[in-house]
Amino acid sequence: MKKTPSQILQTPAVRALVALLLVLAYGVARNGNGAFFRFGTHRDMLRSVSVYGLLACGLTLVVISGGIDLAVGSILALGAVFFSLATIHWGWSPALAIPATLALGAAVGAVSGLLVSWGRFQPFIATLAAMVTARGLAKEISDNQKVSTVVTMADGTSKSAPLPKVFGMIDQRVLGDNVAVVTLIFLAVFALTWVLLARHRWGRELYAIGGNEEASRLSGVPVARAKMLAYVLSGAFAAIAGICQAAQEQQGDPEAGAGYELTAIAIVVIGGTSLTGGRGGVGLTLVGMLTIGYLDKILSLNAVSESTRLILTGAIVALAVLAQRSRK
Amino acid sequence: MAILPGEVHVLAGENGAGKSTLMKVLGGIVTDYEGTVEIGGETVRLRSPQDAARRGVAIIHQELSLVPTMTVADNLFLGEMPTQGGFVRRRAMDDAARAALAKVGLDVPTDTPMERLPIATQQLVEVAKALRHKGKVVVMDEPTSALNVQEAERLFGLIAELKDQGVGIVYISHKMDEIERLADRITVLRDGEWVATRPAAGLPVPELVRLMVGDKGVAPVDGSPWSRGAELSTEAQAIAQAEGRTVGEALSTPSTWEATSEDSSDAVFASLPSADPPTVLPSSRPSFQGEPSSEFALEVEGMTVVQNGRRVVDGVGLKVQAGEVVGLAGLEGSGNSALLLAIFGAFGRVPGTVAIEGQRTTIRNPKDAIRKRVALLTSDRKTSGLVLPMSITGNATLAALPRLSKGGWRSDRKERDVAERAKADLSIRTASLDLPVGSLSGGNQQKVALAKWIETNPKVLLLDEPTRGIDINAKREIYALIEKWKAQGMAIVVITSELPELLLLADRILVMHRGHVVSEMARAEATADRVVHAAMNA
Repeated sequence: MKKTPSQILQTPAVRALVALLLVLAYGVARNGNGAFFRFGTHRDMLRSVSVYGLLACGLTLVVISGGIDLAVGSILALGAVFFSLATIHWGWSPALAIPATLALGAAVGAVSGLLVSWGRFQPFIATLAAMVTARGLAKEISDNQKVSTVVTMADGTSKSAPLPKVFGMIDQRVLGDNVAVVTLIFLAVFALTWVLLARHRWGRELYAIGGNEEASRLSGVPVARAKMLAYVLSGAFAAIAGICQAAQEQQGDPEAGAGYELTAIAIVVIGGTSLTGGRGGVGLTLVGMLTIGYLDKILSLNAVSESTRLILTGAIVALAVLAQRSRK
Repeated sequence: MAILPGEVHVLAGENGAGKSTLMKVLGGIVTDYEGTVEIGGETVRLRSPQDAARRGVAIIHQELSLVPTMTVADNLFLGEMPTQGGFVRRRAMDDAARAALAKVGLDVPTDTPMERLPIATQQLVEVAKALRHKGKVVVMDEPTSALNVQEAERLFGLIAELKDQGVGIVYISHKMDEIERLADRITVLRDGEWVATRPAAGLPVPELVRLMVGDKGVAPVDGSPWSRGAELSTEAQAIAQAEGRTVGEALSTPSTWEATSEDSSDAVFASLPSADPPTVLPSSRPSFQGEPSSEFALEVEGMTVVQNGRRVVDGVGLKVQAGEVVGLAGLEGSGNSALLLAIFGAFGRVPGTVAIEGQRTTIRNPKDAIRKRVALLTSDRKTSGLVLPMSITGNATLAALPRLSKGGWRSDRKERDVAERAKADLSIRTASLDLPVGSLSGGNQQKVALAKWIETNPKVLLLDEPTRGIDINAKREIYALIEKWKAQGMAIVVITSELPELLLLADRILVMHRGHVVSEMARAEATADRVVHAAMNA
């Protein structure tokens, strides 16, 4: 079947790309005295947006299944704090600390997933509970202090511990200084998410559940298990984001990631993945991430204040949803 | 079409004839129409339901349009609450609500939440709501579908009263006895076009049916249904559907709109005299009495389902042989659908035993059932059958995904092959298999739902209303498919609310009433009368 131009314009991918191109065109027009044309600008944009991208990948899985995960920002903080404690204070090797942090994030996600799948909680409520709890855990294990190389001793004096090498390894640029490791980590997670959604049976099951949960159940789809796994991966990805954040800040901040879940949701929505479930994909999320990332970068190049940037981002989210709705 | 004061004007027609859509125009729900509506000699343009209500058109909808969490009084005055300075005048509203309820003979506390009332009472509240306005025209779209006999009687009494008051009543119904009893005049619609308006007295039932069905529809009641000899091509029909039907003289002048109405109950033929059993059927009908149990593909015993404290299915047994089609008749709520769901594991583990090919098995959930090669086509493809936003391929392969994927990884090629084969075998008409299944016509959607189950390679095929809401050609195709699968040795159970269809398909008929099987008859001894009789009273 040949598609008419207007039909092509109505596919979510094209709509998302149009939004991105508009933002890029704005960047070309208001290029901050040529700063927009420098490679470093794009590299740094990718570095700073990668943490959000990691959260958005996990969220995409959950949203396609018809759910929502508000806990990702808090899990990021919990991961950052735990990873810093383990490597700086407890002297764990990265080979142990990294899997342990991922497992911790996955465990929090599993709790959300259990509440949603078997407890039949609304995803909003279940992950709201997980969000508050994870934030509390992050503060609990860190004594509500930033976990850094400055270690307070029992007698009140403090000494400085060496920063484990792994922090520097993650927060560096590789391939001839051209790309941040954090960006590579994001790309790996993105690729994993994509291949799961596009090629794995579980991905198909997520779409089916988001599209019609009852029909899926009656078609033998293991609904509870599939939904559970989405929250587990979302938690694990958020923990990875936490490790990246800790590396970039060289400390584990229990207050980190507050509000990040909302930015991640905005990224997913701007991409065009439907919050009602069953439609969308992580490719769209990538476009959404670039849109948000570039918008923020271009506005800061033009010395637009943070408050104005927030207002504009909000407007973009509203417009994106409006554009999606006019599709039908 | 004109509606006179004090008459009951029955609007008759098959599914998709345009009855409900026409009424939506009158009710101000469909506002994008051509043509004119005159009320009391004045040409009006109805722009919203409130507009229609103000002008004296009251609509009683086929589906309840009530807010379940709000009270009876709130529902009665939804959108038009008596207020003072923006605050609701509670007491005035309650008084008016009681008065409105009294008119339909209801005595329920006005502060009862709607959802706590039985469906029939809700329906009567809906009637009270429509009658609250001093209407010139009252439209009733299958108002008795949820009512029992007494409640329906009360409604008929009400209709007589309204007639005496000079109200014009438009009555949409599929039930021939109601039409015969109530109608003063009858207008027949077919495929969105006006066919005839006649005084009811001069229109005997067979003639009415002929008008409704037209030439194309005669076959299922008299001829051989297996021949695909429907001369009207479905493509042509699909195109006609896509372009929107023209409702000719229905509203004084031609009106067109997108016809999407799909009536949920499809019992046009339900009270027709029974057809003779078709003679073209393969005569491989197995005998089912006194055979050893291992002969049965499916044996169910003592199946019980309890919902809200009521035994919806109460210790039912069922035996089906390979290559046999068992019809499971029963009115809405008789438990026949619940029985199939229970066998399929949709309610989890319930009391009762299931044996497949003589092997006792436990079916804990639908996944189990599929693994044990039991398939269930649910009665409502939109809510429980298909994933509408997903592609045809995705839907057709959904139940067979474990088999079609290796180590969890899907194979697009295998899935495409499956979908292509299903498209050919079931004559699914679509431009592309990548289209969302929701974009297909009802008949093609139903074929995709069937394809999904055939792909699981079932030994036992449970079909709940396999032809609901689809056109006559698609119905015939599905009949032919059922016949084919039967010849391949599947054990098939069919639920259908259309008696001729039941008599046509089933080798043996079980009739359920209030959770029990109350009657069993071989096809040779089954007639529409007997089935209806059994279904109505235990």
